[in-house]
Amino acid sequence: MAKVLVVTSGKGGVGKTTTTAALGAALAQAGENVVVVDFDVGLRNLDLVMGAERRVVYDMINVIQGDAKLAQALIRDKRIDTLSLLPASQTRDKDALTEAGVASIIEQLREKFDWIICDSPAGIEKGAMMAMRYADIAIVVTNPEVSSVRDSDRIIGMLDSKTAKAERDERIEKHLLLTRYDAGRAARGEMLKTDDVLEILSIPLLGIVPESVDVLNASNLGSPVTLNSPTSPAAKAYFDAARRLRGEKFEVAIPIQRKSLMGRLFGRRAVA
Amino acid sequence: MTETRPFIRLRGRSIMALVLSPEPPLAGWLASLDAQIERAPNFFDGRPVIVDLGTLPRETADVAGLMHAIAERGIHIIGAEGAHASWPGLEAWGRKLPGGGQSAKPIEVPERAQAEPAAPAARPAAPEPSPPPQMQSPTEPASLLIDHAVRSGQSITFEQGDITILGSVASGAEVVAGGSIHVYGALRGRAIAGLSGRTGARIYCRKLHAELVAIDGVYQTAEDMPPERIGAPSCAWLDGDLMRITPID
Repeated sequence: MAKVLVVTSGKGGVGKTTTTAALGAALAQAGENVVVVDFDVGLRNLDLVMGAERRVVYDMINVIQGDAKLAQALIRDKRIDTLSLLPASQTRDKDALTEAGVASIIEQLREKFDWIICDSPAGIEKGAMMAMRYADIAIVVTNPEVSSVRDSDRIIGMLDSKTAKAERDERIEKHLLLTRYDAGRAARGEMLKTDDVLEILSIPLLGIVPESVDVLNASNLGSPVTLNSPTSPAAKAYFDAARRLRGEKFEVAIPIQRKSLMGRLFGRRAVA
Repeated sequence: MTETRPFIRLRGRSIMALVLSPEPPLAGWLASLDAQIERAPNFFDGRPVIVDLGTLPRETADVAGLMHAIAERGIHIIGAEGAHASWPGLEAWGRKLPGGGQSAKPIEVPERAQAEPAAPAARPAAPEPSPPPQMQSPTEPASLLIDHAVRSGQSITFEQGDITILGSVASGAEVVAGGSIHVYGALRGRAIAGLSGRTGARIYCRKLHAELVAIDGVYQTAEDMPPERIGAPSCAWLDGDLMRITPID
């Protein structure tokens, strides 16, 4: 049974596209047939993070409007052959998305792939609504800070009311992914505690991804972090999250701050 | 000797007004209105009514006469809106009402009268029980139960009575009740209780992190709440015109 997953957040810049690419690659490496779909029409980024920006011929809007077939728009990843990308249009905007068009694309994708991961744009307007509309599972990406948490709460409310599943009175499976977690700041009390975020949002925790330069490096190289630096702490967190999505149950590890020897010796603040 | 001026105190009060929207042909509409009044003679008693003239075409004649016709039927009109500038005689019905105001869902008029009149001889021996009316009078208790958390951006409104929430109310969410509000969780959003003049309404929560609490128009924002109550089980209530927030044990 194909599963449609939406990666959403409400707030911008928290790590949705990074997560879509990283999880997609992790699941594909485990042998699943995965397609990642960019719903951010007009501000597309997924193609950059996947390293496919020079191979985009047709995009999702072309398929919706009948200018191209779905197979022509899908771009297979060069590194993992069970991973594909359906890019968004950069020249159009979200008004070009139609419910019937999106429904048809999702149906066609369900026949070919095991996992369809929809990268939602930020916000609560049409692009975000279309991305979550046909989802079975939602990953709510949140940074442990107050504005991100409030926006995520709003998005969770919409997942429970505006999706096709919600309209059929079924529950959409929701998971929380905490990203850009900074262990040092958490230790100093400068970031919201994981427990506080969980108490406010009340959805199960999928994983905690630490703040990491590996993510930025991977994105610059056009490769998902799980492909580019698979042993980095961020990639490990994504691999764990992918395993949980496939049904494995195990404890979420809280990232610790690794200090170098010099950092440990001289890490205290100067006292005047 | 200096004169001290009396202090003018203003408060807000919300009441629910009914909106009547006459539609052409007017004779037919007035006949339907009469039929409705016959089915439920007490329905309009004491209720403030606004007449929305926006659905009438511009060429309608004698709109002032229509307003008289409605008022003659014992309907307490407090204003009209949507009137076209060219219609004469509407000044008597008061100034334009301020725009906005939340429009509520359509209201169903109860099918049968609330009090059965004295039965004539032809009626069967046992009087038929009347079904509970849709619009309940303020003294009858009514309660809405929400068995999940209220998420940011959601707004729960229940004018007829109390609201009970089994879960938390998120920051940016709003709960509006005619009666009291009971939150079995953290209250992080806004709670507005005691609509339609119920000064005895209260707001209860397990953890007080509310952005704003209001009872019958008297409100208090988070800034002014007693600091020892923040995060603790609390009850907000009106002591005269003062909002008090006290512990619940």
